[in-house]
Parts: sequence; structure tokens; C-alpha cells
Amino acid sequence: MNGVFDLGGTDGLGPVVTDENEPVFRAEWEKAAFAMFSNCFRAGFFGIDSFRHSIEKMDPAEYLLSNYYEHWMHVIEDFGAQKGVIDPAELEERTRFFLENPDAPMPDRTDPDLLAFVDAVVRSGAPANRPIDKVAKFAVGDRVTVLADSPYGHTRRARYVRGRTGEITGAHGGAIYPDSAGNGGPEAPEHLYTVRFTAEELWGPEVAEPNNVTYVDLWEPYLSLAS
Amino acid sequence: MTPDPSPAPTDTRLRTQDEIAARVKALESMLIEKGIMTTEAIDRLAEIYENEVGPQLGAKVVARAWTDPEFKQRLLADASAACADMGIGGLQGEEMVVVENTDTVHNAIVCTLCSCYPWPVLGLPPNWYKAPAYRSRIVREPRKVLAEDFGFEIPDSVEIRLWDSSSELRYWVLPKRPEGTEDMGAFELAALVTRDSMIGVGPAASPTA
Repeated sequence: MNGVFDLGGTDGLGPVVTDENEPVFRAEWEKAAFAMFSNCFRAGFFGIDSFRHSIEKMDPAEYLLSNYYEHWMHVIEDFGAQKGVIDPAELEERTRFFLENPDAPMPDRTDPDLLAFVDAVVRSGAPANRPIDKVAKFAVGDRVTVLADSPYGHTRRARYVRGRTGEITGAHGGAIYPDSAGNGGPEAPEHLYTVRFTAEELWGPEVAEPNNVTYVDLWEPYLSLAS
Repeated sequence: MTPDPSPAPTDTRLRTQDEIAARVKALESMLIEKGIMTTEAIDRLAEIYENEVGPQLGAKVVARAWTDPEFKQRLLADASAACADMGIGGLQGEEMVVVENTDTVHNAIVCTLCSCYPWPVLGLPPNWYKAPAYRSRIVREPRKVLAEDFGFEIPDSVEIRLWDSSSELRYWVLPKRPEGTEDMGAFELAALVTRDSMIGVGPAASPTA
């Protein structure tokens, strides 16, 4: 989908605002929202690609202005409702309750398996590379052009590289294909490449800053040999 | 694919911190009752990323690369394997790629589409890395952003390479070793390696600063 989350090259969004003394979590609620990702991943709510697509479907104005972990909360509400785990009406009712009773205790539950999962997943991760039978169509050194059309649904084919031509600098074998997995489909692995684009190619020779290049990882179906 | 339905316009509403906190608690209480979550899992994850996994780990790797040429070669060839030898790796760093700054090349990382970041070596990203300004501008005007927003001037003679983390590969930067550190060991050097230098928006600290 063409959305505001696809930010590469967008103008007018102001200066970068840094905070040297920023804590890892700025509020208690950020810890809980952060933990919901791995806990709900374990419960089968989503994979990483469908998680991202859920964020992409947020109201665009809210996406740009809200706190980062509110994006994650949006996903939990979205998939919680889809999975029949979170009833939206009950969520509103409980939200009103906690607004009036901010110190009300959480339900008491322990789950040693979940704790063990947390430590294991932080340590081992969840790799996205996959075995693939298909022969790679491209190799390092090939010049390729990125498909220019605008798909609906989830894609990692950012708008600023669509229609642009670059050189393959890395070939990484098979990886989960976001355009399938992020849209409720199977993992459907495709070959993954790193492609280098010059600034002149991306922004135009008159506009580009001197002497810079951008590397973007792109899946085989996004690419064709440059003519 | 068909277009995704648009959210109802009434959904657009920014919440106060109190409203967000209440909503998160409401969700949390429901997820706990459904057997999906526990408060102890929240506490454990916060503990990990507040105290165990952070840029101090990436700094150890960089300092070792500065002092051990054989390790540096392995790190540049296969960062995940080299880091695993030091007990470093895991979630959001399953396939890491380290890119090296030199006298002629400067690297920086970004995720223009979301917020991808190498957690096992840098911890969780700062908010500016996830916010629209950096993600939109660093690919379009990297010299300007580095100079004006980070006070980090890169001469035009040095090539800037941006790495947009659009797949599950996680890029990060091996900064240049600061001058005047020839006599320092890996332990001392690690203290000079900042988070920003491994993102590529600043240099490693100078020993005289």
C-alpha cells in the first residue's frame, strides 16, 4: 500500500529531535506495550510481517503524531479482536475503569513457560532466512530495476526506489517474502538481494547531495534486469 | 490484493499519557486473563533491555575489532557468527551485517519503512531513530542531517553509504578508531564507542574529550 509510513524522501517533517538522557522506556506503559509484542507473537497473533502491516493500516495522522509504542498497542487491539481474544467494547469499559482507578492491581498469574520463552527468544531470535529450491535469477554485479507499480497490501518495496535502477551488491538466498506473509499468506520464500542506488538515481542529478549511495534489501519478484 | 479499508475518521484522536496508560492496563489485564501474558514477563523483558542488552555490547565488539585484526575480518565477513563467539546475538539480530567506516567511506543505518534496528548489539532504538524526521530525511539529505541535526560534518570527499534495513538483515556500523588511542586496550576503548557511532550519526568519542 502507498502510505505515510513509507517515509524515505518525504519532506517537511522537521528536524531530528534527540534526547541524550532518554531512558529505554519513558513510562511504565511502554514496558507493557513492548512486552505485548513477544507475548502475543507466542500466542500466534501475528508474524513480524503481519505485525508491520497492521501498523501501516493505522490512521495516518495518528501514525505520524502518536507515541511509538502506541503503534504496537494498535496491533494488539487489531489482532486481539480478529482472534476473538479482545472484545472492543470490554476494552473500552476497562479503559474507563483504569482511568478512574489507575492503581488497581493486575490479575495475578504466573507462567514459567512464558518466562522461559522470553529468555529463549531474546537469546535465539526468530530467523527469517529460509531454504529455497528456486534458482536465483540475479547475481552480485547485475544491474536491476525495481518494479514501479503500486501494490495494495503489505510490501517492503519502498516508494523511493520504485522504478529506480541499481546494482546488486549482495545475494542472501531465500527469505520469507513479506508481500505474502504480511498479507495473511504463507511464508513463500523468495531470493533476497541488497541493491545499491546512487543518490543521483534516487533524487535526480540536480537535487542529489554529492557522493552518496543508499543500499536497500529487495526480494527477487521486485526486480528485473536493467535494460 | 484489494485496498485495505480506511479507518473510520472518528478514530483519529491523540490520547493523553493517562489515557494511554489506562488503555494499556485494560489490554494487559485482558491478555493476562486469557493466559497470553504475565506481569512477570513484562518485568523480565524490561530488565533485559534496560540492564542486559544495550550498546555496551556493540561497544565490546567494536573495541575487539579495533584491537584484533583476525576478529575484525570475521566480523565483516559474518557479523552474527563473530558476535555469537562473544555470546552476543538473538532477537532482531539473527542476520547482522557490519559495515566499516574508513578515511574514504562513512556508513549510517536507517529503517525508512518502520523501525528495524540491531537489538542484540545496540539495545532498543532511541525515539528519534523511529520518528518520521530521521527516517524521511537521512536518505535524501544525509550530509545535511548529519551536520545540522547531529553536528557531525562529513567532507564531500568521503562517500556516505546509507543502509535502509528493509529486510530482516540488521546493519550496523564499525566506527573509525579515534586518534590518540594507540596505547589503549579493548576494555578502555569500549568506553569510547557510543551508540550513535554504531548507528553512524556520530564519531566514536575522543580519549581527550
